[in-house]
Amino acid sequence: MIERTPLVNLLTHLVLVGGLLVLLLPVYVVVVAASHDLVAVNQVPMPLLPGHHLWENLAVAWQKGNFRNVMLTSVIVAGLVAAGKVGLSAISAYSIVYFDYRLRMVFFWIIFATLMLPLEVRIVPTYAVAANALEPFQALFDLSGLSVTLPRWNLLNSYSGLVLPLVATATGTFLYRQFFMTIPDELAEAAKMDGAGAFRFFKDVILPLSVTNMAALGTIMFVYAWNQYLWPLLVVTDQNYATASMELGRLVPSAYGEAPVWNTAMAGTLIVMAPPLAVVVVLQRWFVRGLVAVEK
Amino acid sequence: MSDIAIRGVRKSYGRIETVHGLDLAFGAGEFVVILGPSGCGKSTLLRMIAGLESITAGEIAIGGRVVNRLEPRERGCAMVFQNYALYPHMTVAENIGYALKVAGVPKAERLRRIAEVGRSIGLDGLLDRRPAQLSGGQRQRVAMGRAIIREPKVFLFDEPLSNLDATLRVQMRIEIRRLHDRQGVTSVFVTHDQTEAMTLADRLVVLNAGRVEQVGTPEEVYHRPASRFVAGFVGSPPMNVVDATAAGPDTVTFGGLQLTVPPHGLERGARLAVGFRPEDAVPTAQAAPDGPVAAIDLVEDLGALRLLRGRLGGADVVVQTAAGTRHGRGPLPLQIAPSAIHLFDAETGLRLAPRAVRAAAA
Repeated sequence: MIERTPLVNLLTHLVLVGGLLVLLLPVYVVVVAASHDLVAVNQVPMPLLPGHHLWENLAVAWQKGNFRNVMLTSVIVAGLVAAGKVGLSAISAYSIVYFDYRLRMVFFWIIFATLMLPLEVRIVPTYAVAANALEPFQALFDLSGLSVTLPRWNLLNSYSGLVLPLVATATGTFLYRQFFMTIPDELAEAAKMDGAGAFRFFKDVILPLSVTNMAALGTIMFVYAWNQYLWPLLVVTDQNYATASMELGRLVPSAYGEAPVWNTAMAGTLIVMAPPLAVVVVLQRWFVRGLVAVEK
Repeated sequence: MSDIAIRGVRKSYGRIETVHGLDLAFGAGEFVVILGPSGCGKSTLLRMIAGLESITAGEIAIGGRVVNRLEPRERGCAMVFQNYALYPHMTVAENIGYALKVAGVPKAERLRRIAEVGRSIGLDGLLDRRPAQLSGGQRQRVAMGRAIIREPKVFLFDEPLSNLDATLRVQMRIEIRRLHDRQGVTSVFVTHDQTEAMTLADRLVVLNAGRVEQVGTPEEVYHRPASRFVAGFVGSPPMNVVDATAAGPDTVTFGGLQLTVPPHGLERGARLAVGFRPEDAVPTAQAAPDGPVAAIDLVEDLGALRLLRGRLGGADVVVQTAAGTRHGRGPLPLQIAPSAIHLFDAETGLRLAPRAVRAAAA
């Protein structure tokens, strides 16, 4: 239902603008705090208008947080998660929608069940697996009385350890499944008549049609992976694999036994916020189309 | 160009059988139309020929080669779908040329053949468009182009005209028939529209509930329907069918009225169905004693002809008269030539053939 009364219009706009202000206020405070020197930022009350020290604060934060290295790590991890997720979801949804095999619904429900087990819920067993990825199989062998000794496969302090547990979730599979089900069956049949096999059909028809879906899922997953804090903190002890959000955590007061340096911490926040923002800006055109509707 | 042999073909979904043992043979270069109401199994049969649907029992051979276990691409069929099934992200040229691309035909030859096919189906200037920018008729042409370019042994059409408006439907119908006459490729065309069926077919297969009711030329099917079902399905408007009882070897009665029929050697009291085409019932000025009189309650003027609708002997009937006649509502005495009357068994619905002349004379 779309109302076109002036009064209702005004009200809805007020709600909209109000919501926007509420959302933007914290960001504004970050910008203000990041642009003052240490003395100004620790005043009570804090200044409400931006100061003149933004660039030097950014430079200090960049140095102090070792952002040149950790940003690269984070971009690699978030990029791998986004790419892995997009690929895995497309393939698994393709299998569920387009192939008829005996255990199809079983697999579907298993994938579905993982929706109820986000990383935070299964963090302890996931950590155990990350410490030795072959451990569950070893346990099975031990249980069955077979004296097979599998090698240890340690994922701690590695890109695979940072990436794989984040890739293994069901959300993307569902997005794709819904989309694939809107593609008319005749298209698959026409491709069969044209001589295209399953792989050819996937590559020539399904992939080009789901570009917007990929952009949408890629954006979401990039931001999701970028914002991960708990998992990297657990799995990484080697500074070479530290991520941006971990390093940002250390910039926040007292991590180095210093007095709270809010201006630098906030400047660091701005730096860490930038890449996901850039990704959203670049991909938002497809992002909205992919989430809202199927092209008619 | 290949012939198609269908031997004892059945199709079941789980325990439910929808196609009950079809035996059909389509000659090479023939245009066969499979006609039937929705759910009669006609699309299923077409899809079994194409290889999109597995064959539960029996076998299908194309050009003498049994194709039961072959993939669609190995059967040499091209198919035109009801909703076109064009690839929305590809241009017209890419759509038409996709089969060649999959087959690994070099680009130069591919482009040459796409241009050639584009010309032959009147899509010359549209090759760079996408399907969304085309009208329904143009999309249907692209779908046909996609089938033609593969130079298939068999064309399969799955109700390709039912998404088009009436004018375009007639136009595309003519184009499809011309295309067939030009290329001479065996074609199987599925439809529920009996006008399409009558105009397109060399041979007509009437299907009902997964069984063949009749196979024949449109003329045979129209003038000698093999069953009550065919009589009531083919023709526009369809044949009038009235339940009746035999009163003698060449007389039937219904609703107190009498009608003389060609000698069928009828047993007195046998239950029958009497059929006659709307155009074979001629209004007369003076009713014969006990002759048929229809109670007309609706007149439809179609310009070229007028349809008088009413009741006769407990059934709805239609009488077709020429333009300019002035019959209105009310009782309408009819004259029906004995040779224009079709008799069907009331139990089996099968056509009762008139006795041969020799038997009648005896």
